[in-house]
Amino acid sequence: MLFNRFFKSLSYTSAWLVLGILVAIFIVLYHYSAGAIRHFGFFHFITNQKWIVGEDGDGGNFGGLIPILGTIYSTLIAMFFAVPIAMGIAIFLTEIAPEFLKKPVGMAIELLAAIPSIIYGMWGLFYFGPLLQSWFGGQSNSLLTAGIVLGIMVIPFMAALSRDAMKTTPSVLTESAYSMGATRFEVIKDVIFPYAKRGIIGSIILSLGRALGETMAVAFLIGGVFRFPDSLTSATISIPVLIANNFGEAGNLQLSSMFYMALILFIISFFTITLAKFYFLRRD
Amino acid sequence: MSRLIINKIILILSTIAALIGITFLLWILATLTIKGYYSINWHIFTADLVNNGLRNVIIGQFILAGMATAIGVPLGMLAGIYLREYGANSKFAMIIRNFSDVMMSAPSIVIGIFVYGIFVVPFGGFNGWAGSIALSIMMIPIVVSTTDSMLSLVPQELREAGIALGASKAQVILSIVLSAAKIGLITGGLLAFARVIGETAPLLFTSANNNFLSLSLNGQYPSLTVSIYQLATFPSQTSQNLAWAGSVILTLLVLFINLTTRFIFKPRKQ
Amino acid sequence: MKLAIDTKKFSFTYPKNSSPTLKNINMPVYANQVTALIGPSGCGKSTLLRSYNRIHDVYPGNQYDGKILLYNNKGEKPENIFDYKKENELIKLRQRVGMIFQKPTPFPMSIKDNITYGLRLLGIKNKTELLDRAEIALKGSALWEEVKDRLNSSATGLSGGQQQRLCIARAVALKPEVLLFDEPTSALDPISTASIEELIIELKREITILIVTHNMQQASRISDMTGFMYLGDLVEFDKTETIFLNPKEKQTEDYITGRFG
Repeated sequence: MLFNRFFKSLSYTSAWLVLGILVAIFIVLYHYSAGAIRHFGFFHFITNQKWIVGEDGDGGNFGGLIPILGTIYSTLIAMFFAVPIAMGIAIFLTEIAPEFLKKPVGMAIELLAAIPSIIYGMWGLFYFGPLLQSWFGGQSNSLLTAGIVLGIMVIPFMAALSRDAMKTTPSVLTESAYSMGATRFEVIKDVIFPYAKRGIIGSIILSLGRALGETMAVAFLIGGVFRFPDSLTSATISIPVLIANNFGEAGNLQLSSMFYMALILFIISFFTITLAKFYFLRRD
Repeated sequence: MSRLIINKIILILSTIAALIGITFLLWILATLTIKGYYSINWHIFTADLVNNGLRNVIIGQFILAGMATAIGVPLGMLAGIYLREYGANSKFAMIIRNFSDVMMSAPSIVIGIFVYGIFVVPFGGFNGWAGSIALSIMMIPIVVSTTDSMLSLVPQELREAGIALGASKAQVILSIVLSAAKIGLITGGLLAFARVIGETAPLLFTSANNNFLSLSLNGQYPSLTVSIYQLATFPSQTSQNLAWAGSVILTLLVLFINLTTRFIFKPRKQ
Repeated sequence: MKLAIDTKKFSFTYPKNSSPTLKNINMPVYANQVTALIGPSGCGKSTLLRSYNRIHDVYPGNQYDGKILLYNNKGEKPENIFDYKKENELIKLRQRVGMIFQKPTPFPMSIKDNITYGLRLLGIKNKTELLDRAEIALKGSALWEEVKDRLNSSATGLSGGQQQRLCIARAVALKPEVLLFDEPTSALDPISTASIEELIIELKREITILIVTHNMQQASRISDMTGFMYLGDLVEFDKTETIFLNPKEKQTEDYITGRFG
């Protein structure tokens, strides 16, 4: 009987662990960013455009505005690109595809999701980026390239979640609409989308949250240049890329600044994902 | 009349969307196939990174992911067991479920530098343990979620039958429920493994990379993904070829595991 | 007739329900007899059955009143099963009062491991002893001949009727005093149903049987005593012939003759 209670406590503790890790991340990030926050000030850091390493390698002037904007812009571009395509795929998979196509197409989309992000980076760097450059000019490693490839990466996730949301529409509702002579588009517009609205919006917001934190593909493609982008096709930087590129040889203040950047990123994506999860995609 | 036209347009647009998705997939796979054909040879598998091969980093990636699995799967499964078998739909269980799902989408680079803060700084340098731990943190939410789902598929009568024979709750879970959900649980573990074996960001500042074959996790540890990143950004033809070879091998690995799980786990029609 | 169980003023309310599902049940269960509980859906017969091995305790929050007294065959004073508070007391109860469910519940293990499951829980490790007791249980459930050559194969490969007999053998291996059957044949074909009914009549020589069934013909075929329940009350309890040929309550007669239910 002792074992019974022991096992229950063990699994109970493991359940708490999930929450514990989350809290620990906040604590550790804050602990290491404290230096930068004290030095630069909470808000001043966010609006500061500079990132200059001090001569002694230890101090410097660091500010997060450019990477924060880079993160936000690239994510927005990704959303513009991904939302219509993901919705189209979800519609295709639920209402349009004939039975024999549903499985292979669904599987193809899932394979797209399984491809590691570094592969997207490689492909974008050597193939897709130069193609965009030949069409739109500017740099091949730019905000646009990073944004679109980021979009391609979230399409499968968004499509899958939206499809699941759409599938929960009771078939009695769709069948009664069809039997009244509604076209497929009208059934989707008037029955399925309103019913699945929450899940679909949730999937979009959740994908946005994920895109915010994407590192490797963006690291390959955004250019890594600490500058405001003049246009969509110029290079800039995002928070994950900043961290990935500079973490290794950073002096104390720069390191602390990067932890602060990570904390900001974590807070932004945490709130976005939590909003999606708890408000739109609640599991009950 | 125009209703039908609008309908047709939407149908066509959706089909185009699906085609776009498939096109990207095929494009990426084609790129990998072509690059793979030109860059893969026996040398890759027999030499280490220091000699322009990938042997040590492939093995290293497996070991890192394997260690992560050894840490993450038991913890995740225990948490999932608590959620389904003890917590059911209690408030606490629902909160943990939702936060676990939140963690699933958390930025991987943040997890990387979180582990840097607690397992690299205090220990004086990059090490393989930190890398494995970072990967296991990414695995845990996935395992929690799949365990929760798979256990919910086990019929309640099976548990009651065990209790009716005098088994304690822990005995019912360990000897009956886990057995019944065995296939689904293994699939979940494989999927989590496939997910972390392709990760780069959590390893960048935890286990970093190593040019040599290393069996000790106490120092910097070789990683295929980190190598691809370093090689691709190095301006030499040899490096970039090697980066492509690594990319192809990594993708084949990940796709292979994913496809395997589809064939192991076929929901049985009863 | 000796008593195996005595139900005294027993009431039961599910959690979050405002009114009780079982109201003040007084019912004897006689040793080495088959007692059947019949009644329309929702009358509480399964709820009552599941009280006898306290399996309701798996789902916290129930409220109950009254006593269920369990007698042993040594003629000692009976114990109120609701006095058992500790886990090992509940475990002992369930080893004395076994249960067979509506859907056959073979565990995902070999036939041999299924049968010996309860025995291994008791701590019996000796392989020969386990095998012997398994053989006895399987013979006692008319399953031995069919499975003796494949004891190590998975139990899930058996047919529905075989699986249910496996569950019976599994419960019988513990040598229980009482066996509770919750609609044991409703998921089975007529031939399997017949073989299980035969089995039950055999088993009552050693074990007291309590069976819930929605099939009145089954109750009249195999039971010695029958209780008719309606909306949580035990409307009438008497010898089976009396209930079916000469019921005292009008409600009983209406149910038997098919006027409702």
